[in-house]
Amino acid sequence: MDFASVLGLGQTALELGLICSLTVLALFLSYSMLNVCDLSTDGCFTLGATVGAVVALSGHPVLSLFAAMLAGVCSGFLTSLLQTRMGVDSLLSGIVVNTGLYSINIAIMGGASLLNLNKTETVFSMMKKLLAGTFLQGQYKLVVALLAVAAIVVVLTLFLRTRLGLAIRATGNNPGMVRSSSINTVFTTTVGLCISGSFTALSGCLLAQAQKAVDINLGTGMVTIALASLLIGGTLMGKGGIFKRACGVVLGAIIFRLVYTIALRLNMPAFMLKLVSSVIVVLALSIPYFKKQWPNLRRRMELRRQAAGKDGV
Amino acid sequence: MLTIKELSKTFNPGTVNERKALSGLSLTLQSGDFATIIGANGAGKSTLFNAIGGTFLTDSGRIVLDGEDITLLPEYRRAKMIGRLFQDPMRGTAPGMTIEENLALAAGRGGWLSHIRKEDRELFRDRLALLGMGLEDRMRQPVGLLSGGQRQALALMMSTIVPPKLLLLDEHTAALDPATAEKVLELTKSIVAENHLTCLMVTHNMHSALELGNRTLMMDAGRIILDVGGAQRAQMTVQDLLEQFKAGVGKELDNDRMLLS
Repeated sequence: MDFASVLGLGQTALELGLICSLTVLALFLSYSMLNVCDLSTDGCFTLGATVGAVVALSGHPVLSLFAAMLAGVCSGFLTSLLQTRMGVDSLLSGIVVNTGLYSINIAIMGGASLLNLNKTETVFSMMKKLLAGTFLQGQYKLVVALLAVAAIVVVLTLFLRTRLGLAIRATGNNPGMVRSSSINTVFTTTVGLCISGSFTALSGCLLAQAQKAVDINLGTGMVTIALASLLIGGTLMGKGGIFKRACGVVLGAIIFRLVYTIALRLNMPAFMLKLVSSVIVVLALSIPYFKKQWPNLRRRMELRRQAAGKDGV
Repeated sequence: MLTIKELSKTFNPGTVNERKALSGLSLTLQSGDFATIIGANGAGKSTLFNAIGGTFLTDSGRIVLDGEDITLLPEYRRAKMIGRLFQDPMRGTAPGMTIEENLALAAGRGGWLSHIRKEDRELFRDRLALLGMGLEDRMRQPVGLLSGGQRQALALMMSTIVPPKLLLLDEHTAALDPATAEKVLELTKSIVAENHLTCLMVTHNMHSALELGNRTLMMDAGRIILDVGGAQRAQMTVQDLLEQFKAGVGKELDNDRMLLS
């Protein structure tokens, strides 16, 4: 394999990592901050992709981003409504919404399970035209992805420092304390899930437009990928300020994509990729646990060895 | 200030686990009253606090605070008027957030999208300095790093930074070591006196029950069985209190924690 193709693979991983990092930032808000495991992520990701594609097909590429985000807000709102007002368990409400969104996504695509955006004007094709002739000519995908990620990271960081942002963080930390501060936890959960839904949908919308196609399975397994990236990011950055942690999350998403790409290069068939992401999640979750358990384990083994030694004497 | 009329609450009604936690409890507190509550485990003290604070809604009866009927108000809306501290120091603060962020949430100033301002920080710093625990120099540290006593002192500060109309203290020093408990109690006294707060405090310490505040209430089986104040209370000894309990309930007080005071 020559240097140029390695660089090309790295480039693709970087672009995909950045686009998917928006979903990871969504999970950063819902999973790390609100302490809600939002399993509607897969459906919400595809929802953003289909809504964005349909709006782009009708000739409004910029509007498509906002339409996708609005659709994501609706999805997040529904998920939070089920768990805060209708007594549905938070895990279950995500699963239910995810299942329902499958039909809705096909309906949005007019009954098809695939939409082609090859000749459609998208934010990427617009950026390509805009950058034509400059040194960034070939980097239009990266530029769009970078701009989107930078904007979302800044907005999220500023937002989490506001009173509402603090209340959302405290809701996952100690809901009782939030209620004692005269803040309705139903409200904070709803706002948090709506915002996280909008990030997920924007991520899906950008991925569809970058790949110039949407199919109904675009978002399948996204929640696992995002969780893996989130955990990698958390391990990298550890504790720190919100901005540092958000950057770590983006970095985690890119690293995950690189690992993914390397797995692909090892002549692994494409259908194995979901298994690879599952294994990475398991490793990311269990390695810190084993690291914590290791001293106890070593001590136990040492004691056992000593006991065995005494018996021998 | 606080009027409770015929308050009742039954847990698990209609099952084998049915338990009448409050049975027609009535109580009136004047503005500035500081009443201590004693009673055996299961007498309904914490249930009373949960009912007033809005952790659950009661089955019947009325709760009126400062002229406003709060009987059916959700917990977070009552929290504007009621400050609460629990036995568990972990309950009043968010461990993953900094001291400053915890205080900012409790102070609740500004709109939803406002950031912590410089004058807010100065106010927090001044308030924390009153605790004498050096917390004012650790405002950017997560609360999870503080000791139980420090967390409880911070929780006390948080629940009174906007002076509430009613302060509910549920054995808030019971989980602390004697020296820290003493300190938190002193702080409580000075904050209550300074802001002329109306206050209800559950304690298992008979001396505190007679010493602190201006009224002593005794609870049993979801009712108030003794309510003393003024001259009658001033003359009362721990022994009298125990005898009153026996007379009221007709059974020996077998709670070691109450005797060892």
